[in-house]
Amino acid sequence: MKFSEKWLREWVNPAISSDELVAQITLAGLEVDGVEAAAGDFSGVVVGEIIAAEPHPNADKLQVCTVSDGQADQQVVCGAPNARPGIKVAYATLGAVLPGNFKIKKAKLRQVESFGMLCSAAELQISEDNDGIMELPANAPVGTDLRDYMQLDDQVIDVDLTPNRGDCLSIAGLAREVGVLNSVDVTSPDMFEVAPQLEDTFPINVSAPEACPRITARVIRNVDISQPSPQWMQDRLLRSNIRPIDAAVDITAYVMLELGQPMHAYDLDKLDGAINVRMANQGEELTLLNGQTVALNEDILVIADNEGAIGMAGIMGGDSTGVSDTTKNILLEAAFFEPVNIAGKARSFGLHTDASHRFERGVDYTLQRQAMDRATELLQSICGGEAGPIIEQVADEHLPKANKVVLRKQRLNSLLAFAFDDAQVEDILLRLGLELVSSDAESWTFSAPSWRFDIAIEADLIEEIARVYGYNNLPSTNPVGSMDIPAKPEAKRANTLLRHHMVSRGYQEAITYSMVEPELQGKMDNQHKPVALANPISADMSVMRTSIWPGLIKALQHNQNRQQQRVRLFETGQRFIPSAEGLQQEDVMAGLICGPRHPESWHGKNDSVDFFDLKGDIESLLALTGKGEAFQFSNGEHVALHPGQSAAIYQQDTLVGYAGALHPGLQQELDLQGPVYLFEISLAALTEGVVPAFTALSKFPEVRRDLAVLVDEALPVSELQAVINQHAGEFLQHVGLFDVYAGQGIAEGKKSLALSVTWQHPERTLNDDEVNQWFDQIVEAMQSQCSASLRS
Amino acid sequence: MENLEQLVNAGLEAVAAAQDEAALDQIRVQYLGKKGELTAQLKSLGKLSAEERPAAGAKINAAKQQVQDAINTKRTLMASEALRAQLASESIDVSLPGRGQDNGGLHPVTMTMERIESFFAQIGFSVAKGPEIEDDYHNFEALNIPSHHPARSMHDTFFFDDGTLLRTHTSPVQVRTMEQQKPPIRVICPGRVYRCDWDQTHSPMFHQVEGLLVDDNISFADLKGILHNFLNVFFEQDLQVRYRPSYFPFTEPSIEVDIGYKGPNGEQKWMEILGCGMVHPNVLTASGVDPEKYTGFAFGFGVERLAMLRYGVKDLRLFFENDLRFLSQFS
Repeated sequence: MKFSEKWLREWVNPAISSDELVAQITLAGLEVDGVEAAAGDFSGVVVGEIIAAEPHPNADKLQVCTVSDGQADQQVVCGAPNARPGIKVAYATLGAVLPGNFKIKKAKLRQVESFGMLCSAAELQISEDNDGIMELPANAPVGTDLRDYMQLDDQVIDVDLTPNRGDCLSIAGLAREVGVLNSVDVTSPDMFEVAPQLEDTFPINVSAPEACPRITARVIRNVDISQPSPQWMQDRLLRSNIRPIDAAVDITAYVMLELGQPMHAYDLDKLDGAINVRMANQGEELTLLNGQTVALNEDILVIADNEGAIGMAGIMGGDSTGVSDTTKNILLEAAFFEPVNIAGKARSFGLHTDASHRFERGVDYTLQRQAMDRATELLQSICGGEAGPIIEQVADEHLPKANKVVLRKQRLNSLLAFAFDDAQVEDILLRLGLELVSSDAESWTFSAPSWRFDIAIEADLIEEIARVYGYNNLPSTNPVGSMDIPAKPEAKRANTLLRHHMVSRGYQEAITYSMVEPELQGKMDNQHKPVALANPISADMSVMRTSIWPGLIKALQHNQNRQQQRVRLFETGQRFIPSAEGLQQEDVMAGLICGPRHPESWHGKNDSVDFFDLKGDIESLLALTGKGEAFQFSNGEHVALHPGQSAAIYQQDTLVGYAGALHPGLQQELDLQGPVYLFEISLAALTEGVVPAFTALSKFPEVRRDLAVLVDEALPVSELQAVINQHAGEFLQHVGLFDVYAGQGIAEGKKSLALSVTWQHPERTLNDDEVNQWFDQIVEAMQSQCSASLRS
Repeated sequence: MENLEQLVNAGLEAVAAAQDEAALDQIRVQYLGKKGELTAQLKSLGKLSAEERPAAGAKINAAKQQVQDAINTKRTLMASEALRAQLASESIDVSLPGRGQDNGGLHPVTMTMERIESFFAQIGFSVAKGPEIEDDYHNFEALNIPSHHPARSMHDTFFFDDGTLLRTHTSPVQVRTMEQQKPPIRVICPGRVYRCDWDQTHSPMFHQVEGLLVDDNISFADLKGILHNFLNVFFEQDLQVRYRPSYFPFTEPSIEVDIGYKGPNGEQKWMEILGCGMVHPNVLTASGVDPEKYTGFAFGFGVERLAMLRYGVKDLRLFFENDLRFLSQFS
């Protein structure tokens, strides 16, 4: 809420500077977002009146005006099209200094002398309005200093109130708070009950008293709202960012700013029959004051007349019954709408109004009659007219009850770690408007004021005391706790370890959005239908990723478009997979490599990365678990991957990930320079490691035999190795692969594999006979199970 | 005997003049070999008396030794000269870059989260995680934000058709932790959060670290102390810190913490850095913790904001473009 500091200081005027005031309310929880001067720094500008305006003899767009400054008439050349005789203007006299230290001197414009300048609101930094010169009200006294006339020696303070402090959405509320903080009295302007001059009333019924426990209204006849509201009122409204409309509407807005009670003025002659406050009928239509037509639901409270809804209660009035410059008779309304009933309703129609903002947060439920009298008084003094009595419908049983809250001294002091004096506590709370109901040695019982909807429990009172005493004045210590050592399984591999490992293998960590483009998502994973957002922020971020790949691919595109050829990225995060058992939110790690194997260097040939670069990185990750052998890579189909260069990664029999080359078709479609290699693996598989277990070192020599075999080209080496493992006897130490060859000298469709097999006995030296026997077993098994033939 | 001296001198001269190993060997044979010239001198001993023989023999042996020593010294010299020459020929330009992968780097958001985690781990906090697609109950309801609450409008929430949502803060992890664990509870909850808001200073996805401490007798003073301590350690400065009343439905009293800095003209300025407060009794109760028995505090940082301040990043959007020129600055 923005407000005029001058206005506030009419209510409460502590002996502190503006800066101190701003700091003080900020530290009391009313955060000041900004402070702006009501106008720029200028002097020598007075209210002037244009007596005459003639075309400039030498310029089409200029006029030569005769301007009265109250004492004499001056000749002023002006370029504004709205300069015309009879209007009151902001006249910068000779010697005036405008914002930016711009001094006004006698000047000649196209050979015509000009004694001063007529100013726009923007030139004086009063508003952004640069559309011609300012036009002041007809009754503005000519010759008066503009700063005095418009009360420009003022500041606009913008306070960003938290939702619990609806009580401060008015000058009265802010003044109350400032009064408490400075221990000074608050003086409101004189307000009185208006004695009715008429007996006229209007029938008001409330069919939904739980939502509208109190409504007041008053008939005022024979008002004249053809003239705008007075300048001082408009200035205050503008400083609070409210655009003046007409006198009646401005007065209701003024009372809302002053007291915090939103009000509405109806054109009495446009109301049909009687007013009823009721829940809307399903689908009932209403055209609002802003021209928007809405179809209402049954949970929307409306003000209706016999014809139908004429306003959304607490949100916005209807267009058909609003006041206009021809309105003669008015029905003023001020109600208390129950906050829970209003909350969220405006938002559901895309609306947010000054009224809904206040009603959602809670308007003082005792305020309505006072606001009605204040508005009546202002209306009569500005627009004339005769007022009827206040009409009131109240359902006491539905009005909020003042909460009684017990505050325990021990609790207060232990929670804030500070020993408060009883007197101090009572002083703070009583000044805030609470009533002391009772007290004893251990506690007090307070009753909350009607304007505070946020005081219901003990913690609320403790907060008030802390706030007013000052958070910064309360002690600060380090917490003390028991020094338990929490369990930390050694077998568990931290995500941090995995990330740092990727970093040392040359990968940059990426963080991509979890919301992705559905089309790309579908290309990278056609197995799962992604979860779609009901209210996405944009079409290309409308579904939740089922894989990190779409994000990494986007990042690759971004980098390739910026001449980055060599890309190595990884990311850890959740993927969101719908399944029969419900949505799985699974942590995974994914990586992408593309471009040259090594950074550009002088070390000779630098090939592009291939599948085995990627696989090496994955294997090294898997090895961090201490049980890399538990994982297998086998040919795996994946929509995003090259059918001949893709692997499914299994941990025993569980599929834990995929790795491979991005499908060349996709690569082309996505306009990527490739090839691109990708992997994604479940983090759970990577973080479940083992604790190392020692086996004794053998003192006896190991025996190694090398062999070369011819096998079908399609045979996976892992199968051959499995056969060897199975038949090499119990003292097998290691099977190594040191060459793979196909081509010249090898039959078409075959490949040659060179393997080493190593044995070692823990307690003795192995003899040739037994090694030969195992070797023969291996060869035989390879022949029978893998159709392998030993090369001689 | 004059002859002997001449022979030695001639031998020594030959050694000095020798250019390579082969020449040295030849000199050795010529003077010291079985038929060498110095060896031949021994034969003359027969002509001497038994009394003269030992002294003369010793003299000849000394002469032989003298030449042998010279040969040895020269040989060592030649070997070391050869090694020096070889090493000189093997010298490399050590200023050339080494071989292998460059290091990659962590994302600055992760770096920041890891630092935060490590500070709190030192004082006994463990890390808790929770789902990013949350239910309304854990994201709002259990945090004292019922459906009609105006605070909901401060959270521009992404929804799914089934009523679930993308968590708008990491606070639901507080609730999930308390549902499963009895006090004392000391956790921090880092993670992604989502708000339907996108401009220069807002991203639809960002990161928070939530902290929660629930135990006997935890006070407002403890909260102030721990956070000031953390901020000093994080920024490695003795910071000015102020505490401002604020409002979060799940804490009471609620605090916003500002850190002080000097403006361009030396004026005191304050920058909001985090929100925190004492856990609201309703939240404790909803999560199965007795608010009469235990009290606690919770705090939440925006990770990107801390990373921006710490590393001088000016534009939030850079964090999610994954531009290598940006990322590699944090290697």
